[in-house]
Amino acid sequence: MAEIAGHTIPNRSPLLAFLERWFLTTNHKEIGSLYLWLSFVLFFIAGAMAMVIRLELGQPGMQFTDPLFYNQMVTMHGLIMVFGVVMPGFVGLANWQIPIMIGAPDMALPRLNNFSFWILPFAFTLLISSLFMEGGAPNFGWTFYAPLSTTYGPPSTDFFILGVHLMGVSSVLGAINIIVTIFNLRVEGMTLMKMPLFVWTWLITAFLLVMVMPVLAGAVTMMLTDRHFGTSFFSAAGGGDPLLFQHVFWFFGHPEVYILILPGFGIASQIIPTFARKKLFGYHSMVYATASIAILSFVVWGHHMFSVGMPLAAELFFMYATMLIAVPTGVKVFNWVATMWRGSMTFETPMLFALGFVILFTIGGFSGLMLALVPADFQYHDTFFVVAHFHYVLYPGAIFGIMSAVYYWLPKWCGNMYDERLGKIHFWTAVIAVNMTFFPMHFVGLAGMPRRIVDYSIAFADFNMVSSIGAALLGVTQVLFLYIVIKAIRGGEKATSQVWEGAEGLEWTIPSPAPLHTFETPPQFPAPEEAYKHE
Amino acid sequence: MSENRNKQAKHLILLSSLAFGMLGFSFALVPLYEIFCEVTGITGKTSSIVAVEPAAVMQESEREVTIQFLAQVARGMPWEFRPTEHQLRVRVGEVNLTSYYARNHSAQGVTGQAVPSVSPVNVSRYLHKIECFCFTEQYLGAGEDQQMAVRFYIDEELPEEINTLTLSYSLFNVPGLESSSLAFASHQP
Repeated sequence: MAEIAGHTIPNRSPLLAFLERWFLTTNHKEIGSLYLWLSFVLFFIAGAMAMVIRLELGQPGMQFTDPLFYNQMVTMHGLIMVFGVVMPGFVGLANWQIPIMIGAPDMALPRLNNFSFWILPFAFTLLISSLFMEGGAPNFGWTFYAPLSTTYGPPSTDFFILGVHLMGVSSVLGAINIIVTIFNLRVEGMTLMKMPLFVWTWLITAFLLVMVMPVLAGAVTMMLTDRHFGTSFFSAAGGGDPLLFQHVFWFFGHPEVYILILPGFGIASQIIPTFARKKLFGYHSMVYATASIAILSFVVWGHHMFSVGMPLAAELFFMYATMLIAVPTGVKVFNWVATMWRGSMTFETPMLFALGFVILFTIGGFSGLMLALVPADFQYHDTFFVVAHFHYVLYPGAIFGIMSAVYYWLPKWCGNMYDERLGKIHFWTAVIAVNMTFFPMHFVGLAGMPRRIVDYSIAFADFNMVSSIGAALLGVTQVLFLYIVIKAIRGGEKATSQVWEGAEGLEWTIPSPAPLHTFETPPQFPAPEEAYKHE
Repeated sequence: MSENRNKQAKHLILLSSLAFGMLGFSFALVPLYEIFCEVTGITGKTSSIVAVEPAAVMQESEREVTIQFLAQVARGMPWEFRPTEHQLRVRVGEVNLTSYYARNHSAQGVTGQAVPSVSPVNVSRYLHKIECFCFTEQYLGAGEDQQMAVRFYIDEELPEEINTLTLSYSLFNVPGLESSSLAFASHQP
């Protein structure tokens, strides 16, 4: 490895050169790849935990796990999927794409970028190591309600707390970097209202991150001092209030769920116009809708805790505020559909995933509306209906969003087209398996099957068996995805610089694969027609 | 370029202060929540301030309501704790006296603290306690027992539709004062 992308590197041992390249890199593309690979690895780890959960729930009774281990699996699956898969996945995409979409040579703060990534492997080592400790891993659910996590948490809870602190630092630094990049490094002529929507949604997401990750850090710090330093933030015995934990947590938690989906909205808004060969319908309303979703997300946290005994006035407020979010979300869905209207559509894999995203995310949105209704929520609360709801918005929402982005931009990243036939097989098995896994959960939830419990009434046996078979299929499908990605990296049909016939934007004017350094001289914006056609 | 650098530095500082500000805000939520609950009375938390004796001219109305007394003991607290009367029929405005009985069954002294709560939650402000053992630490030596008095009256402003109130005390042991209580607090399975 004496020469990397045109740089001559003095003779070193290959190992040293490798370490130097990946540990010390400040290049946004390399850091983006690191984020995406970390996310991919953790996707399989947390996915394996989901397999354990579904294996256990395939039949009533306890076959493979005990309640304690089952609870650890549920907790770790949730924590890793949220903080280790979806968030780093989106940050990886942001790192790769934002500079080349706004015509910047790199992120504004490249060394900070390196730091924010390299915190993460340590954070997740801390978190995952708790599985091997005496007393087991955290077992109180990803929401870590007090006093389960304070008075009754296992000793490894402290590793979890430190892990969350590290993830928080990483996310906040990453978000600050993204905001500074977007505000300062846009190419001349690209005003805010001319930015690609992926950049817009990420800008708003980054603000959410900067504002709520510190609140999460505050919550876990209070937990830590409650556990070890004699404070009573969440302990009624000392004058505190366990309910306060839920308020603080969901003040973070609700904006967090939009952090997990807004970049996905941006991805769909890039992909659908490309394959419909039309301009995005309602660009301005898309931006305003995203911003209003983000603002509203700060005043709806109470809908996660309707059943704690809130006064009626608060329940009404949170109910109406929550239902209000359906309006901007509806605007977005309408705009996506209107973009496709009379477009000349083709259905390559990224488009298929984007369409799956729009349809299935909308189903998840509807069950969210059902959950927003106070009287109905009293029945749905803590049942599998909730599990069905958030898996519909997170799997075919966030994860399909990331997958469609990977298929869409992978030819730009590695210079080769992925195998279209395998991609289509991946999509169709995934979409069937997702519905098989999560749709029956609506029914068992409405019938009263509680979440987070290892065993269940035999009345729910059949639907659970269907879910488990679907989950196994879904798991296998993702191995196919890994194969497709590796196959494309290793070779395949060469991609043109524009890659997709209808693609527009600065990222499609650079060669495929994207050279390590791009836009050292600022490009022309908007890109002239011939800029897409070189090679 | 240097102008750009300055702008970047400015943004960096602004955004970092926003992050630190939000960290501060998360801690500010603790007193804010406390104040919010105190003002609205929504958690059923009763005021920790002992009410004054009602003015002598306070007229007793004919209206009667039922007040029920409950007691809960936190897990691991080795005390017996119960109201001496489970239910009283009282006249609104009238000062009444009742008591709770506590006995320490363990072989060592334990300090406990009772946290009161009133249901329905929005009537907590109409129950005035002139004398009570709420929010103060009680020490009982091994095998000791004690009657703990509660003197209270119900405000005449009590809404018409309320016929029954419940006063509940949850008894916790105060961690850190006795070794047994520490063991309770941190070594649950």
